[in-house]
Amino acid sequence: METSQEWETVIGLEIHTQLATKSKIFSGAATAYGAEPNTQACAVDLGLPGVLPVLNEQAVTMAVKFGLAIEAEIAPYSVFARKNYFYPDLPKGYQISQFELPIVGNGHLDIDVDGTTKRIGITRAHLEEDAGKSLHENFHGMSGIDLNRAGTPLLEIVSEPEMRSAKEAVAYMRKIHELVRYLGICDGNMQEGSFRCDANVSVRPLGQQQFGTRAEIKNINSFKFVEKAINHEVERQIELIENGGKVVQETRLYDSVKDETRSMRSKEEANDYRYFPDPDLLPVFISEEFKSQIKAQLPELPNARKQRFREQYQLDDENAGILTASRQLADYFEFVVNESACEAKLCANWITGDLVAALNKADLDITESPVNTQRLAGLLLRINDNTISGKIAKQVFELMWQSSSTADEIIAEKGLKQITDSGAIETIIDKIIADNPDQVEQYLSGKDKVFAFFVGQVMKEMQGKANPAEVNKMLKAKLK
Amino acid sequence: MHNKSIKELASGLRSGEFSSVELTQAFLARIKQHQSLNCFISVTEDLALQAAKLADHRIATGNADLLTGIPIAQKDIFCTQGIKTTCGSKMLDNFIAPYNATVVEKLNDVGAVMLGKLNMDEFAMGSSNETSYYGVVRNPWQTDSVPGGSSGGSAAAIAARLSVCATGTDTGGSIRQPAALCGITGLKPTYGRVSRYGMIAYASSLDQGGPMARSAEDTAILMQAMAGFDPKDSSSVDMPVPDYQAGLGVDLKGLTIGLPKEFFGDGLSGNVAAVIEKAIQEYQKMGAVVKEVSMPNLKLAIPAYYVIAPAECSANLSRFDGVRFGYRCENPQDLTDLYTRSRGEAFGKEVKRRILMGTYALSAGYYDAYYIKAQKIRRLISEDFKKTLAEVDVIMGPVTPSTAFGIGEKMGNPIEMYLSDIYTIAINLAGLPAMSIPAGFAEGKPVGLQVIGNYFTEDRLLNIAHQYQQVTDWHQRSPKGFE
Repeated sequence: METSQEWETVIGLEIHTQLATKSKIFSGAATAYGAEPNTQACAVDLGLPGVLPVLNEQAVTMAVKFGLAIEAEIAPYSVFARKNYFYPDLPKGYQISQFELPIVGNGHLDIDVDGTTKRIGITRAHLEEDAGKSLHENFHGMSGIDLNRAGTPLLEIVSEPEMRSAKEAVAYMRKIHELVRYLGICDGNMQEGSFRCDANVSVRPLGQQQFGTRAEIKNINSFKFVEKAINHEVERQIELIENGGKVVQETRLYDSVKDETRSMRSKEEANDYRYFPDPDLLPVFISEEFKSQIKAQLPELPNARKQRFREQYQLDDENAGILTASRQLADYFEFVVNESACEAKLCANWITGDLVAALNKADLDITESPVNTQRLAGLLLRINDNTISGKIAKQVFELMWQSSSTADEIIAEKGLKQITDSGAIETIIDKIIADNPDQVEQYLSGKDKVFAFFVGQVMKEMQGKANPAEVNKMLKAKLK
Repeated sequence: MHNKSIKELASGLRSGEFSSVELTQAFLARIKQHQSLNCFISVTEDLALQAAKLADHRIATGNADLLTGIPIAQKDIFCTQGIKTTCGSKMLDNFIAPYNATVVEKLNDVGAVMLGKLNMDEFAMGSSNETSYYGVVRNPWQTDSVPGGSSGGSAAAIAARLSVCATGTDTGGSIRQPAALCGITGLKPTYGRVSRYGMIAYASSLDQGGPMARSAEDTAILMQAMAGFDPKDSSSVDMPVPDYQAGLGVDLKGLTIGLPKEFFGDGLSGNVAAVIEKAIQEYQKMGAVVKEVSMPNLKLAIPAYYVIAPAECSANLSRFDGVRFGYRCENPQDLTDLYTRSRGEAFGKEVKRRILMGTYALSAGYYDAYYIKAQKIRRLISEDFKKTLAEVDVIMGPVTPSTAFGIGEKMGNPIEMYLSDIYTIAINLAGLPAMSIPAGFAEGKPVGLQVIGNYFTEDRLLNIAHQYQQVTDWHQRSPKGFE
């Protein structure tokens, strides 16, 4: 942006993660996505007269897990509060949330942007129930209400306003996304709304201490949209100010089709939520003992694992980052390393390269990979012991992807075994040298580049099955 | 039959003197005969006779509880599956509850026969039963007087012998005050002793269901069936329930009774004071020791209550929005119209008053001054009780400052109406158990003695009431025309 010299962007994110509990936060109804409308809403979710909420302990455990993972203070005593507002898909006329005393206090998370690490403060994370959905199509001028989602547990993670660009915001959001899936507390499915965020965006002249007036962009459910929505909003605010206008505090909605944000409601129209402690629920007490139990169950977290991958496996930053972005991918990698006993770098290159590319192309998750760790290890083993070249391995991999055969079976069946027999290679080399006197002349007169021509010709003649190292060595000797 | 105790009825059912069906028919007939009292919102005659039949079978097979086959009635605040549950409001006039309250479930389980649903102040907000959408209940002792509220239908039905016993709920005195004004026995249990699940919420941190009957013994039997931990209610307490009947034989020698001077001040009418003093003398005769005590923060109970209860009610009643159940206005133009007219047309004046007060008290800028301050007062009041109950076993005093007032007398003056709960409200703020015991009459109208105990001492309170009822017969008296 041409104005980036003069303006600084300030961003804080509120991320809503749907916790992966089996039942709802205050009732026994199931939380599974995609059921027929209102088939997963019990008396409690419907807010019938007389019903009472009972807290799902699994949701508390998950919140504590998250808190420990971001090294936050876990409140020994936290309280559920009622957030009062009327909306048709909010059955009770209030949402049970946490206000003054959230379960997770101050924590932080490190993000990497353009090779530098930045620590983002997390103000708090609190438990709350989700609302239902209003459906506005096909109801003869009325709205339909689906309360299946009502009461689904959410952990709302509120960051400090410490991000300075849309890029940082996306990096932070990705990091949280990675973390909650690592912890197994959220499926991270953004299309189904399991992971979504509100962005608080403001701008200020570079160097100014005081924050500018912020706008809150609601309910963004993809990384791409977060970046676009923020960038658009920043432009809008700067343009507004530079044209003598003023940013007003308001809630805005991002329209991904038109790629713009538009006003939803101003501060004056904002609800007074009249929070007060919910008398139907007891305060949540978290003991040191409970905390240490949860701590003992925590998996190795992404940043720590990345660091370990760099040290233990000598991986570069990029590969370590890609591999540890998902717990399952990192597990896959470590299985392959152990199983094949190959060099970790080879394993990492294959996984982050061919495997991930194939998965992306097929739109599959690592857990759905047609080639399992054992079969991939089998393939890498054959590269390592020079049975096949890397180039042939790509062919073998493709065949493995389409079948359930092992690498060895495919190599045998297709006759892809690498030729290391120096006699056979020598015969071919002699033939190539004899057939290409001009190139020999050029090479001998100092044109080193022509060497690659000879290698290519030999490999071509041998259908790629010759051991490249052996070819190199023998060619060099012959062409002296 | 209608004057018999639960134990007498149970033995009559077992000896074959009468069947539960006959007993139920007798009570149904009395309900019909005394319809003008307006005690019931719904009479579930067919269901009652079905239940009675089942109860007779259960008694015949020897698999019966004391309450099996005994006609009872439910305050219409408890959800009853398949049966209209109105909470005394136009808002729920069309509401058939799809599930049973835990209390209803428990009483069904022991085979009690539900005669119907009892009239009450709208959403339990009122002290005279005059706020009910279904009209005022008449006090059988003097039919131009109120029965008290909000469990006015329950108290009047028991006094008029239209039901053996009944459930009630008490948020600021709604069991004890009508019990006192109708001359019956009522117990407001410790907060958390009886499940609130399925009991339509007024003020969740104060609401508590409890038993109402003629005698302490019947009250104990009903309480036995109602009490206990409920995993569906997070505020219910997981503690064993004592055998309340077994606790009824203890003599009162050495019992120390605290008499708070704040209970006997200016607001108390002279003839009520005289009855209470006499009742306390009776206890002294039984060996109890009396001690004057003081609880200086009691005077703050009413203002604190009228911040906390409306605040909670303002949220509790938000679900009545015309969207999913209950009253919906005709032809709503848009969402706001749907909300404002549905609520505007279906809520009564007192309910609206409390929703407004509560909304105000919770509003930004007022929250600290009202809600937080009221909570502080609530703690001070609890401290007062704690200190006093460390010195004495129980606290006694009047339930109400006067006897039953005339219908219409206080409806124009909410403050005066609120003051009729001046001796009961503090107990809810502290969450303590308390009883109202018939202690005599003033100008022909009943007077109730209040006994307040420490947390979870319902057994002791019931025994204290029972011992008194061994030497007095106030609880046996029938209003004229209902003998």
